[in-house]
Amino acid sequence: MEQQEKERKNPFAFAQKDAKLTDLKFDTKPVGYFKDAWLRFKKSKAAVVGAVIIILIVLYAIFTPVFSSHSSGENGDGNYKLMVPYNEPLSHINIADGTYSKKCNPKAYLSLSAISIGYEDHDGSSISLEKGQASQFNVFKSVSEPYTSSGTVYRDCKVQAYYEKGFVYMDGITEDAFNAMVDWQTKNNAQIIYPMVDDTLLEISSQASNANIFFQTKSGYPIDQNGAKITELAKLGEMKDAYLRDSSGTVQFWEAKASNQRYIRVWYWNYYRYMNNGAIPNYLLGTDDLGRDIAVRLASGIGLSLLLGVSTFIVNFTIGAIYGAIEGYYGGVTDLIMERISDILADIPFIVLASIVNIQLISTNKMSPFGAIVFAFVLTGWIGPAYRLRTQFYRFKNQEYVLAARTLGASDARIMWKHIFPNTLGTIITASVLTIPGTIFTESMLSYLNIINLNQGSITSLGTILATGQQYMTTYPHIIVPPCIIISLLMISFNLFGNGLRDAFNPSLRGAEE
Amino acid sequence: MFKYILKRIGLLLMTFLIIMVICFVMIKSLPLTPPEGINESQVAVIKARWEALGYYQPVMIQLWRYFVNIITKWDWGTSWYIDYNLSAIRSLTNRIGPTMLINTYSLIFSVPLGIVLGIFAALKKNKWQDNVISVLIMVFVSVPSYVYAFLVQYFFCFKVQIWPLTASSLSDAGGSYFSWTMFHSLVPAILSLSFGTIAGLARFVRAELTESLTSEYMLLARAKGLTNTQATVRHALNNAMVPILPSILADFIDIIGGSLVIEQIFSIPGVGYLFIKAINMKDYDVYMVCNGFYVFIGLAASILIDLSYGFIDPRIRMGEK
Repeated sequence: MEQQEKERKNPFAFAQKDAKLTDLKFDTKPVGYFKDAWLRFKKSKAAVVGAVIIILIVLYAIFTPVFSSHSSGENGDGNYKLMVPYNEPLSHINIADGTYSKKCNPKAYLSLSAISIGYEDHDGSSISLEKGQASQFNVFKSVSEPYTSSGTVYRDCKVQAYYEKGFVYMDGITEDAFNAMVDWQTKNNAQIIYPMVDDTLLEISSQASNANIFFQTKSGYPIDQNGAKITELAKLGEMKDAYLRDSSGTVQFWEAKASNQRYIRVWYWNYYRYMNNGAIPNYLLGTDDLGRDIAVRLASGIGLSLLLGVSTFIVNFTIGAIYGAIEGYYGGVTDLIMERISDILADIPFIVLASIVNIQLISTNKMSPFGAIVFAFVLTGWIGPAYRLRTQFYRFKNQEYVLAARTLGASDARIMWKHIFPNTLGTIITASVLTIPGTIFTESMLSYLNIINLNQGSITSLGTILATGQQYMTTYPHIIVPPCIIISLLMISFNLFGNGLRDAFNPSLRGAEE
Repeated sequence: MFKYILKRIGLLLMTFLIIMVICFVMIKSLPLTPPEGINESQVAVIKARWEALGYYQPVMIQLWRYFVNIITKWDWGTSWYIDYNLSAIRSLTNRIGPTMLINTYSLIFSVPLGIVLGIFAALKKNKWQDNVISVLIMVFVSVPSYVYAFLVQYFFCFKVQIWPLTASSLSDAGGSYFSWTMFHSLVPAILSLSFGTIAGLARFVRAELTESLTSEYMLLARAKGLTNTQATVRHALNNAMVPILPSILADFIDIIGGSLVIEQIFSIPGVGYLFIKAINMKDYDVYMVCNGFYVFIGLAASILIDLSYGFIDPRIRMGEK
């Protein structure tokens, strides 16, 4: 009652009557220009996706050469040319299992079936269809029912390309190397060296270079012991071999071609294992026309593209910054003259410039190819950043803080780099980052067109893989697909990333999304 | 206006001259090497020809003679390897036809489509149709043109075989660039050129139209009683077209350079094809003519684009201080 009376009389009380008031420290963290940009960049999903894809591609480029047994500079494996992708772990889930579709006529079907029969026949005494078909190296993964098309019987087969390679003749093997191979055979219980073929028993002399023909033929079909043509798979076990035998009938495993050099016939899969410390072939993206691993070449191509994009960006940015700053800061006649120079340079078509650099520097080996490409991109590339920086300098150079600095006696250089330049940085960097995908695209196009000719150098560009891929596009599409996908992904993700960066660094867009 | 055009043309000629001189000096400073794979007597013939043409004289004298020949006789040199003994300028003009043809077809096809898509996206802004179109635009603008070319070539020309793998030659097409056979064989190239152009144009139209749709004169137009369609067609579209038309002109110029790779993929005997052949075969007179062509196109384009602003929008006066 008394309380109510008191409040009725004087309803107001001092809220902080006895409190001591001082400045409080902010609990929140300050949000600066770059912090703000980062916060808004994180919000843009497309930009983050772009950045993640770029990082994944970079990781691919870094780690593939590390984990692969092949290196990008090495000469390819001439016996595994134009092979489709094969990777043992992935082959169990039917990806990269080394198979391709082939339409086989009876002759092709029989000779492919014979390959695994030959593999199982280690010493020229046990040709058997059952063994061949049960072999782990059976060439066919699946075979369709035979069908007749324009008078010929065909089968649609899934053929394992690496098994199809089968036997290969090897020249110039010394006796020591031969014995080492024999030792390896017994240790690993895998046959490398197979009986030689007697050329005189072959039907046509051109068969002599094909190590997979170890049987006698008649008009292309294998023959049985009585000399009759075998035209059905069921009778293939009865075929007559063409092995080289001595007078007592034992098969020969080598022939002498030159002194101390042996000519042998190897099962290439096992020979590959012997040469690579037991590792089986592993070509995740297949091989190109020289037998080089596409996965590794792709990684080095990506490396070149990214390195080129970044180093061009840095050099262009540096030159452009100095040039643009001088133009913008001093203005007047200096600006006029410098602008005319860059105007004329900007009018030179890039294609003309690149071709001249190629003719003058790369084809005459005056400069390393990489340096020459960067040089070509830098020749006119700095004009863009210079122009943007000039505009920014015009905007800032008469601001009060600049005048204040000048009054305090700061030198021109100090005003330019310590006072004006940091304010222009965000805008300039983002605009310049957006030129990276353009550089990557142009480089791949020029090396594809051979306007920048990298064939003499040891570096790989996505464009050179594309050029190879296009030659074999209809028969071996596996070469052209990876570089196409990678370059498209790079372009898309760099554009997403760059646009996100540009929006993030533009403070006027703050809150526009909400 | 007239004075401004004259000034621009004068500047064009000067820039053209400077660039050509640089190119010429660069080419002439290379060591002279006869092509590989020919026998000694042929090398002797080539060396005698070089002697007769004055290739061993100082570069400055050659340069002077080169420009005097161009100005007095319109003689740009001779093609010695690509088209034997044909004048280089003739070699170029023979190939401008196919290049212009595919570019024109591609523009006829892609400009209406690009504009319609852009308008549609702008009118449906922030609805699902706009989102779908925007994502597609993003993808199609980014993916390089040669990737489309490979896709088109593989699926339509090789797998389905509705079009031939490469362009027909002039004689196969009945001696005319305008025959049906020719057009049919050029379709894949035209398609590959168009994807990027359509996407780029659609993006530009969408951005411009969105801006003019939110302008205040649109509010006025609605307030004075125009229907939505009337206001959009007569006011927004009209104004949006001011920057769009010069950009179409720029597209046309861009495409001439961009078709280099498409011409190579589909073996179209155009200027780009000639240019690359000239570099690979070291046919430097032809190479210089091609260079001149590209430089001139680029310079002329920038003048045309600047002037076109004045014609399209009467508010813009050219060359005013």
